[in-house]
Amino acid sequence: MTDVFRFDPLALPPECETLRGEVRQFIAEEKSAGRWRSESDFASSYSPEFSKRLGARGWIGMTWPKKYGGQDKTFLERYVVTEELLAAGAPVGAHWVADRQSGPLILRFGKDGQREEILPRITRGECYFCIGMSEPDSGSDLASIRTKAVPVEGGWELSGRKIWTSNAHKAHFMICLCRTSPVDVSDRHKGLSQLIVELISPGISIRPIKNLAGAEHFNEVLFENVFVPADRMIGEPGDGWKQVTSELGYERSGPERFLSSFRLLTEFVRRAGNTPDAREAEAIGRLVAHLATLRRMSLSVAGMLQKGEMVNLEAAVVKDLGTNLEKEIPEIVRLVAKRGRSPNKADLMEEALRYGVLNAPSFTIRGGTREILRGIVARGLGLR
Amino acid sequence: MSDTLVAEVAGKLFANLVPSKLVNDAEAGEFPDALWKAVNDAGFPDALAAGAEAPGDLAGLADAAAILREAGRHAAPLPLAETMIARWLLAGAGLKSPEAPLTVAPVERDGSLLLHRAGKGWRLAGRAAGVPWAQQAAGIVVVAQGQVALVAAKSIDIRPGKSLAGEPRDDVSVDAEVETAPAAAGVDAALVYRLGALSRTLLMAGALDEVLKLTVQYANDRVQFGRPIGKFQAIQQQLAVLAENVAAAGVVAAAAVEVAGKQGDFPFAVAVAKARVGEAASKVAEIAHQVHGAIGFTHEHRLHHLTRRLWSWRDEFGVESEWQQELGRIAAARGGDGLWPLLSAW
Repeated sequence: MTDVFRFDPLALPPECETLRGEVRQFIAEEKSAGRWRSESDFASSYSPEFSKRLGARGWIGMTWPKKYGGQDKTFLERYVVTEELLAAGAPVGAHWVADRQSGPLILRFGKDGQREEILPRITRGECYFCIGMSEPDSGSDLASIRTKAVPVEGGWELSGRKIWTSNAHKAHFMICLCRTSPVDVSDRHKGLSQLIVELISPGISIRPIKNLAGAEHFNEVLFENVFVPADRMIGEPGDGWKQVTSELGYERSGPERFLSSFRLLTEFVRRAGNTPDAREAEAIGRLVAHLATLRRMSLSVAGMLQKGEMVNLEAAVVKDLGTNLEKEIPEIVRLVAKRGRSPNKADLMEEALRYGVLNAPSFTIRGGTREILRGIVARGLGLR
Repeated sequence: MSDTLVAEVAGKLFANLVPSKLVNDAEAGEFPDALWKAVNDAGFPDALAAGAEAPGDLAGLADAAAILREAGRHAAPLPLAETMIARWLLAGAGLKSPEAPLTVAPVERDGSLLLHRAGKGWRLAGRAAGVPWAQQAAGIVVVAQGQVALVAAKSIDIRPGKSLAGEPRDDVSVDAEVETAPAAAGVDAALVYRLGALSRTLLMAGALDEVLKLTVQYANDRVQFGRPIGKFQAIQQQLAVLAENVAAAGVVAAAAVEVAGKQGDFPFAVAVAKARVGEAASKVAEIAHQVHGAIGFTHEHRLHHLTRRLWSWRDEFGVESEWQQELGRIAAARGGDGLWPLLSAW
């Protein structure tokens, strides 16, 4: 047993397996009705219609209290729904951020009015969020952000620039990390706050940024003297850093951190057929061993989150191992699989492989870079 | 006893009784009799047999696993895993075990030890390569033809050899009448092979924990350019990868033990664990040596007691690629759409 990490074993309770069956049934119905085809990962889809159908099932914000539209379910039940949707390549992108991150943040740190106004809309699959953290000069060094909010009558005036904001052009709200007081050199994490910013507010301009794969899901968002009402402040001014870091366990340990290339692996197994050659079997088996291990680790973190324990270190371990595996899968498939060479022929494996190769660079950057994660682990080891 | 308590007791015993000198002496050919006696008196080799609730079940595996992880952590040079499995097999078949160490064979998938009827009894004939501690064992336990056979030491021709870790791995040949009894239900050569693989997985998991501890300690102690090398990001990033692999190995080894306890898909769990932990062993040993620099390459430093065992154990009872291929065939048999149900069921 290592003293450094804690990965308590976890057995999913029976209600989770019942729920899994319901989710699979739902997915089968959706697919047989031809409502969508499998996407490669959570970032590559956006379907408000799907989000609404999911909301109608009670599968968005499902861990939240009933009075805010939730189902009072456990974090483990949410885990099962999430992993089933991701493994099936369901189009979860519209509500993804609101369900995983923004909603829980508002529930935990927000004001009653914010909860009542926003959370039920999220659970119905009608209200989508984006994350306003990165800026042109602030990536991994988040505390260096310059977007600022100054107090004005009735609220705050927001000025600055956010970048790499996924789905800002489609979302209703951004949770915007900003400075509400100048940098204190003795503690750079002071004076940061989070505002819920309605993206139709005057003074906001959103410019799409095309990524190397040709997709336009991230954006640059410019705030020019944008008025944000006082009741949109999450918690108290100055609480921003505490809020941001407290959510990392949720953001970094989930199945989306090792399943982003799962569709490709599925197609690779299909291509290899029931009697794979030794090389194919070995490649598939190695990836299965890694995924099976990661799922155990990720579930263990989910169990500890359910118990309310601090898991930032373990979450960093899951994300670093998981996202590196996500990157490895396309590299292995391209070498080992029996390939289809024509770019014009419909070929699901080749399509997933193209997606994987082109999007792999983002896997170990989004949500905390590999280097930052390893720094967190090194700190956990007592080296920093 | 809970398995954490077992781990504590075993950890203390090995910490007290397995100094570096004992490991070196054992590698030089001196069997650690006093250590064996202490371990045997503590009941460790009986953990699997004594824990069984019905003949041939694996109810004792949690305790046995806790002991093996500690044995691995301390590089205890004993045929402990082998004797555990052998005594469990004998007990499951209603045969009496000697107090002395035992071993099992074959340790490769396509062994050539064959059991034939000979008059009223059975005769075992064939060869097995790389049998652990055959020379030090009172006998070899073999499962074949639905029988558990105990081959007495006197009936075995041995060509001694050693693993990378200096542990006895002997080539044996047998052609002798043997004592047998029908194996407990569900016990066959494939299960013995899996238990062997799981034992190596657990030994590796324990050794990996210790390598992490040693390496972090060294990085904090060793000063270069005016500060501990652990303060350099280049070293920190490497140590993080090392630690993550140790964490993964610990989780998956424990998961395989848990699956056995719950009558889950044991073949899948063992294949996953041996493949993943073997891979972790390679990565961790590589980084640990790089961080330790020249001192870790000396015989004097004890890092090699652990890393040479990792290099040896990862190859025994199936190298990673063998288990990966088995897993690949399991997955392929389920097909593309069966992959997720397979992964989410274990």
